[in-house]
Amino acid sequence: MSSFEQPFQHRQSAHCESGVMASLLTHAGLPMSEPMAFGLASGLAFAYLPIVKLSGMPLIAYRMPPKHLIKTLSKRLGARLHSRTFGNPEQGRRELDGLLDSGRLAGLQSSVFWLPYFPPEMRFHFNAHNLLAYGRDGNDYLISDPVFEEPVRCAAEDLQKARFAKGALAAKGLMYWLDQVPLEQDWNQLIRQSLLSTTRILDGMPLPWIGIRGIQHLAKQIEKLDPAQAKYNRLYLTHIVRMQEEIGTGGAGFRFMYASFLQEAGEKLGDATLKEASARLTAIGDDWRQFASACVRASRNKGEAPNFAPIAESLRAIALQERGLMQELAAWSKRKG
Amino acid sequence: MKLDEVPQDQSSTYGGHSKLVYAVDARGQYQGAQSDGWEPEAFATQLAVAALQEQEAEALAAWQAGQQSPLKCLMYRYRLDEPALAQITGLWQWRIRRHFRPTIYRRLSAAILARYAEAFGLPAAQLIAYQKDPV
Repeated sequence: MSSFEQPFQHRQSAHCESGVMASLLTHAGLPMSEPMAFGLASGLAFAYLPIVKLSGMPLIAYRMPPKHLIKTLSKRLGARLHSRTFGNPEQGRRELDGLLDSGRLAGLQSSVFWLPYFPPEMRFHFNAHNLLAYGRDGNDYLISDPVFEEPVRCAAEDLQKARFAKGALAAKGLMYWLDQVPLEQDWNQLIRQSLLSTTRILDGMPLPWIGIRGIQHLAKQIEKLDPAQAKYNRLYLTHIVRMQEEIGTGGAGFRFMYASFLQEAGEKLGDATLKEASARLTAIGDDWRQFASACVRASRNKGEAPNFAPIAESLRAIALQERGLMQELAAWSKRKG
Repeated sequence: MKLDEVPQDQSSTYGGHSKLVYAVDARGQYQGAQSDGWEPEAFATQLAVAALQEQEAEALAAWQAGQQSPLKCLMYRYRLDEPALAQITGLWQWRIRRHFRPTIYRRLSAAILARYAEAFGLPAAQLIAYQKDPV
């Protein structure tokens, strides 16, 4: 990084991790949109994990696990990623201050619950939120939280509590920054590699809970819901919607963001197949939104017993479409590689 | 999703903020667009919040009636459940459930209460005060 660099520019993102990476890379001189960062890191996925419970509900993820984007993207781009966690919170604070005072940006992992600038209804115990610290002012840190419209401030004690919150996915004060970002990239190679990797995650895992098979598994679970358990069913169906829409996904569980990546990649390489794939994924994303609406509709009417079969069927149709798209993208990425 | 389909439902769950979603314009070009709420999503969030509030209210009533220690009520108030509280405090779930009994709670050491206090972000003195004076 040069010492006479541009002042930091906050940019709102849909998702925290891709937003932080896009901002870090752009600031380092490699302009990067959020969808591009997400796509090149092969962030898209689907996973249904019944063993990991969130308030008694299975974890349903539409993307790769936390830290995947940060690690994969820096590796693929050949940038040097420094990351540190701390056993001693006080040391974590000193090192963050040191990094900021040397004029760097620091990526931080933190809990959502203890960040006071979050609206109360969004504050749940989720420890793998990502944000950027770009300076200090008195007792406040200057924070670029990717999911917010504008930069925010956070008092030192609050940030400290959020960075060192315990529990599932505890951040342990994780702090990371990028160095030596190569500004020349082989985009053709990068895009093919990341696409191939995504097709393998979504449609190449021999596990019934991951990728397309995971979506089909979820469909089966919905079909199996016992209409007598009205309260549980409502919480279950709306839980799916929250996983898909509420937790910063850019709409339709990252499908729109990935479609935007496909479009940008297609333009970069002048390739019509990718642009067409983008349009198809947009349509699939619209189906995901319809599915979410249907889940909420079934949870809303208390009187009549809802019919879960059509909801499960729409999900199976989505799974088949995603499989078709993945097969085509896999063939494309191998064809001219 | 097209740009003019980006929902603007002014959901209270967004707390006056807008979030970014991706949508296509009339020519099919992707753009980031702000959305200040989507009603089905807000319904889902509110249902989850209401479920926690209901559990909190039940636990509060049990605490006030002297049937349960304040821990259960505080657990739900700070949006935790037993597995989550166990992970944060480093206590077994069965111990936490035992601490929900008022008689056991009154005998808890300051060190154990300090662990709970940290999980809730409360001063330990407050949990100690609850030992003597229910509610």
